[in-house]
Amino acid sequence: MLQFSPWKTTLVLLVCLLGLIYAAPNLLTADYSRDVPDFAPGKKVSLGLDLQGGSYLLLKVELDVVIEERLESIVSGIRGALNNAKPDKIGYRNIGVSGDAARVTIRDPEDFDRARGILEALDPQAVVTVDDAGEAVITLTEQAAQDARLAAVQQSIEIVRRRIDETGVREPTIQRQGDDRILLQLPGVDDPERIKALLGQTAKMTFRLVDITASLANALAGRVPPGAQLLEASNPGPGQQSHYVVKRKIEVSGENLIDAQPSFQDNQPVVSFRFDTVGGKRFGKTTAENVGRPFAIVLDSKVISVPVIQQPILGGSGIITGSFTVASANDLALLLRAGALPAPLVVLEERTVGPGLGADSIEAGKVASIIGLILVAVFMVVAYGLFGLFANIALVFNILLIVGALSALQATLTLPGIAGIVLTVGMAMDANVLIFERIREEVLIGRSPMSAIDAGYKRALTTIIDSNLTTLFAAIFLYSFGSGPIKGFAVTLAIGILTSMFTAVMVTRLMVVTWLRRRRPSAVPI
Amino acid sequence: MLKPIRLIPPGTTFQFVPKRRIAFLFSALLMIGSLVSLFTQGLNFGIDFRGGILMEIRTAGPADLPTIRSTLSGLGLGDVSIQEFGTETDVLVRIQRQDGDERAQMVAIEAVKSALGSEVEYRRTEFVGPTVGEELKEAGALAVGLALISILLYIWFRFEWQFAVGAIIALSHDIISTIGLFALIQHEFNLATVAAVLTIAGYSINDTVVVFDRLRENLRKYKRMELSELFNMSINETLSRTTMTSLTTLLALLAIYFFGGAVLADFALAMIWGVCIGTYSSVFIAVPLLLYVNLKRGDEDPTGVSVPQDERIGDG
Repeated sequence: MLQFSPWKTTLVLLVCLLGLIYAAPNLLTADYSRDVPDFAPGKKVSLGLDLQGGSYLLLKVELDVVIEERLESIVSGIRGALNNAKPDKIGYRNIGVSGDAARVTIRDPEDFDRARGILEALDPQAVVTVDDAGEAVITLTEQAAQDARLAAVQQSIEIVRRRIDETGVREPTIQRQGDDRILLQLPGVDDPERIKALLGQTAKMTFRLVDITASLANALAGRVPPGAQLLEASNPGPGQQSHYVVKRKIEVSGENLIDAQPSFQDNQPVVSFRFDTVGGKRFGKTTAENVGRPFAIVLDSKVISVPVIQQPILGGSGIITGSFTVASANDLALLLRAGALPAPLVVLEERTVGPGLGADSIEAGKVASIIGLILVAVFMVVAYGLFGLFANIALVFNILLIVGALSALQATLTLPGIAGIVLTVGMAMDANVLIFERIREEVLIGRSPMSAIDAGYKRALTTIIDSNLTTLFAAIFLYSFGSGPIKGFAVTLAIGILTSMFTAVMVTRLMVVTWLRRRRPSAVPI
Repeated sequence: MLKPIRLIPPGTTFQFVPKRRIAFLFSALLMIGSLVSLFTQGLNFGIDFRGGILMEIRTAGPADLPTIRSTLSGLGLGDVSIQEFGTETDVLVRIQRQDGDERAQMVAIEAVKSALGSEVEYRRTEFVGPTVGEELKEAGALAVGLALISILLYIWFRFEWQFAVGAIIALSHDIISTIGLFALIQHEFNLATVAAVLTIAGYSINDTVVVFDRLRENLRKYKRMELSELFNMSINETLSRTTMTSLTTLLALLAIYFFGGAVLADFALAMIWGVCIGTYSSVFIAVPLLLYVNLKRGDEDPTGVSVPQDERIGDG
């Protein structure tokens, strides 16, 4: 155990040097990391949100809504197809969505086969069954439902990204997690209420006509005419209606918007918008045919404004008035620019740390690390003398290696992660302690220094490996179980176990061996 | 210069194994106490597992807890707990899980923020919805369980099944007593506590393995020594190492406990307890238990790690 071949010595020194190089940028105050590729030295340890301050949000995409909407569109397709069936229309009743299927009952048994043919042609991804009583059940195939969900999650991530980008948050992380979740990490955001409010709206905007033939009173009493819908007004001012009866048919939808900006009209905040060519044409046609009638601008099933069409709007652009504040006009414009979410999002988990606490945590972590380090180092020298000093030098390299590894892997350092490093400082000494104690025993039974040290290293090695591997198991399970900060702890613990084994077995030994050769001591000072 | 001071002098002959019944009695009482505390008082689960809202706020001057309490209880959010946190300007606000789905929780956060206004600094806001809380509970239990099983298998593989039995009993002892401690003092049991429990498991088993290693070595070396005497000798031989490692680890943990900030204090507390109890259990529980599991002597050792008869010594 006491021979160090030149290449082995070089290797040990090289690893220590690498640790130093990778760890060095963390000592500099300036941040060069943006110019440096991953894995190259020059990156600092990336701090977790609990240290740098920021917001962690776990969102869920409510995918049931996606399937339901798809079925709703099948239902309206069925209505149209049965009404317009050739040679004559097919009578039906009890149409609607229930559970995970669209259902309709065909009145006349003679129409069953014809209806089946029509329904099957509607959506190639749907399965149609018609029973003897004429009840048709239309469900999506498992594949189709799955595809729809996947597409919805992907689209949601894209929309979330656009909305977050619009708010000016720097370097957000947006990741898909599991089947229906999105993980958002927003460094520097200490009050995520606005972002949560922005993400809490699907922002589906539609332009529809108001059903002027319907009576609001009847509708409020539950008698809504077919093809129309009773919608709440969002934020109605004094003297304004609280509800409107709006036609279901969508004249133009928000998908056709290409731009939206907040602006002012008569000193009131408004949102100006512009349609793409298709949307502009449709909007022009609708407004031309309905001059003098009110139309409704509906956002997420709430009517935000009901202007009366004064003249055909052919330029493809317009403004939305409503009871906006500057901030809400801003946000609406942002939402319209970023596009609608395919399904609502809910926040499942939030962890936000303000910059004050983050800075305090870093400070506390530093103080705890330094004090822990000093205590342990002093103790080691008191207990093992010169060998304790060797162990302490190795400990410094150990910490450099941990920091270097964290920087190189771009693992996230969290507050529990700092605890992991401090703990490693204590536990790292274990390997040294095992070796030193063994050397003491060998000295006691009368071996020469050389022989005692050799035997000490040799015999302690299996024990070191056995005992460290078990701690490593615990760290691995911790990693697989934990969320953000705890994962950080597991990472530093695992890295610390590996580097402390290396430094105790290789670095301390290199020092001990060099000392042995130079001094050729007659007794081991341990 | 640098004359080492030996805390534990060489050649101690403490009677650990012969006095094992005292330790067994102590541990039995500790287990009973932990379980009673666990089932009567129960754990004070943090929002990580129970769901709910936690906010850490800092006020400009010393915090006026009664005013904050009455402001927040006026919001009708159910159980609201207000507590000083670390310093007298810092307040920890805990709000029970709101009825309804996740949206209801968001409404509650907004309500608290608007009630407290913008004069206070919101240092931390944590919200865990019911879904995630349940998941974290399951994942935590699973992680602890899997860690125990993998450690058991590893010890079985490296030693013999008898050792694994001793180790796992000692380990369960440590984990149960740590959880029992948290039930007793009613400190919050959260993700960090589970992390501490898993780390304690790693640390405790590390300690046990070191003593077992020596024990196995001695089993081969002294084929005719009485087991009880041999166990006692092995513990005494490794006693200095056991103490030294526990002390360096405890020093580091004390630094975290006193200087690492309020967030880490409970984690450090659990670990400090764990290191003490883990050290105790390796010496007083894991090894003496081997007397009762029909341990075979070294000849049948399946791993074949043998002590070299003639060590080659480096020529320097």
